[in-house]
Amino acid sequence: MNKMLKSAATLACPAPLAAGEIVLLGHGSGGRLTSELIRDLFLPAFHNPALARLDDQAILSVNGCRLAFTTDSFVVKPLFFPGGDIGSLAVHGTVNDLAMGGAQPLFLSAAFIIEEGFSMQELRRVVDSLRQAAEEAGVEVVTGDTKVVERGSGDGLFINTTGIGLVPPGVRLSANQAQPGDRVLLSGPIGEHGMAIMAQRESLEFESAIHSDSAALHGLVREMLKVTGAIRCMRDPTRGGLASALNEIAGQSQVGIELEESAIPVREQVRGACEILGLDPMYVANEGKLIAIAAADAEDDVLRSMRRHPLGVEAQAIGTVRSENPGLVTMRTALGTTRIVDMLTGDQLPRIC
Amino acid sequence: MKYVDEYRDRRIALALAGEIARRTTRDWVLMEICGGQTHTIMRYGLDELVPPRIRLVHGPGCPVCVTPLEIIDKAIELASRPQVTLVSYGDMLRVPGSHSDLLRVKAAGGDVRVVYSPMDAVKIAATEPQRKLVFFAVGFETTAPANAMAVWQAQRLGLENFFLLVSHVLVPPAIRLLLRSPQNRVQGLIAPGHVCTVMGYQQYDQLAREFHLPIVVGGFEPVDLLEAVSMLVAQLEDGRAVVENQYARSVTYRGNMAAQQILRLVFEVCDRKWRGIGNIPQSGLRLQPVFASHDAERVFGLQDISALEPAECISAQVLQGLKRPTECPAFAGRCTPRNPLGAPMVSTEGACAAYYQYRGRVAPVARQENE
Repeated sequence: MNKMLKSAATLACPAPLAAGEIVLLGHGSGGRLTSELIRDLFLPAFHNPALARLDDQAILSVNGCRLAFTTDSFVVKPLFFPGGDIGSLAVHGTVNDLAMGGAQPLFLSAAFIIEEGFSMQELRRVVDSLRQAAEEAGVEVVTGDTKVVERGSGDGLFINTTGIGLVPPGVRLSANQAQPGDRVLLSGPIGEHGMAIMAQRESLEFESAIHSDSAALHGLVREMLKVTGAIRCMRDPTRGGLASALNEIAGQSQVGIELEESAIPVREQVRGACEILGLDPMYVANEGKLIAIAAADAEDDVLRSMRRHPLGVEAQAIGTVRSENPGLVTMRTALGTTRIVDMLTGDQLPRIC
Repeated sequence: MKYVDEYRDRRIALALAGEIARRTTRDWVLMEICGGQTHTIMRYGLDELVPPRIRLVHGPGCPVCVTPLEIIDKAIELASRPQVTLVSYGDMLRVPGSHSDLLRVKAAGGDVRVVYSPMDAVKIAATEPQRKLVFFAVGFETTAPANAMAVWQAQRLGLENFFLLVSHVLVPPAIRLLLRSPQNRVQGLIAPGHVCTVMGYQQYDQLAREFHLPIVVGGFEPVDLLEAVSMLVAQLEDGRAVVENQYARSVTYRGNMAAQQILRLVFEVCDRKWRGIGNIPQSGLRLQPVFASHDAERVFGLQDISALEPAECISAQVLQGLKRPTECPAFAGRCTPRNPLGAPMVSTEGACAAYYQYRGRVAPVARQENE
């Protein structure tokens, strides 16, 4: 190391750091590094039309049926948090990825990677929670796998779930379908899952704890799809938050998205926790919220149907799709000025002051 | 949210913007010192709200940005040693050194941890006595007292495994250098509210007199900054040059005496190099000799590490307010937050990253839309 530094010091102009050489945590944060990894490594390796759509799920035609197929791994720490745990999250995450394609989820697999020495009692708690969440969501866990790794080779418990669902005839949702004039709808306040986790990790105590919003969204989606065929796409803004999900849609549809800052709901406690920790709720994870892009003339009907469902009571229109600034998300601030809402490069890092 | 919402209020902000516009009869160049203030200006688009005759330039007050390359290299070198745990504030991790950054060192197996308080680092030193704990002590007078307290505590607890890699810098000497420069165009200063919360604003009285320069101690919310601009414009238009305190809910004339006391106890003033600017006499802090056994540079023998800054980066001119980030040929092309050529592109408090993140690539909004 020392030698490297000394030789580097003799260069007049060191080359910019290339991010490619080793995997960083930021490659898994859902931001720009993740996108680049997918674009540069995974897409070319597995190239096919279903994957190339880059939606939360693959839609596959099999014997006249359209199947939605997705997988997700859960590595959350702490394993138990206000509003959920890794077990319920493993169901909600995969169910929601299916639901964002308009699918009715049917079956799940569950694979457990367990570190040697993990408490059997905690494992039972997680499995119970997973079972209960699956029951509530109306999906069955029909296959699974168990691996135990040596102490130190894992971090307690990782879970992977894979899901299959059926897409009703006529439903075609994809992130490349947003059109200028469309409205951006959000099902409720943002940042709750991520801040519930952060508050727990940083031992922040509030008058009442921040609860994760972890929930299965397919019921809400079903209600929304009953109303109208004018919904172009849906996304659940998980890792990377609302900002990253909207940037993906703007990129895939090659449109601009203009948000109204004052329309974006953020609960008081989440705002407070974000202020204290120096984070922006726009980039904080959600596990029970969805964004829908809908034709402007369908806005009122879709919002009404969302607000009738318990998971969409606080649904809001938060912005409009534009032809200007394709690929960019912008925001009209509360003061009436405009700024960019960029994708994060890696993880959101707390600032010094 | 109390103490936040009223300072982000649209009506109050627009009223202040109107007041500034009414008062302004000439071109004025104003500089905010602190990176937190730069961040607010860009995030809320305050430069769009003030009249075009007011030019806001951005000062050297991003602690991440001005930390010299060789100190980053030293942190990276330390974090790469198997027995060392390097503890830092989050946003130092992405700052590029000559050859790597702390995130990469961590990914390669280095023990790098993020904390919100240096006291957490002291706790780690106490609970993991087999580790050599180095806290990366960067920042201005704002972060220095807590870091001083950490060393003082570590010594009191007899923690021989706690060390500080110190790169503290002081605001007034940098301002003086900037104002003395023949290229200086700054006519009014927004002084950094958090630094003044600790240090008071006695030192700024001298600066105002010496350079006949209006100075307003400003806060960090949009209404704070617009009010500070309004107060500066009032002084400039009246031909006055005194220090006024906009951020009175936090700042007093003498500041936090207890914090100043611990600073004097643990640190002494020294010459310090600023990234992008160069050496500024008497502009930094280092550990007092009595705390030398906690000085990471001395104990780990890092004095020999030195580094050259990329020639293409114009951060020196940006940090002195001589050029806007968008006037740099590398901006948003060869230099992005993903691959920064210089530190102002790394932290969102840095002027370049703030421009890139919030404004740099979007067509400017027509002014009448805001009115």
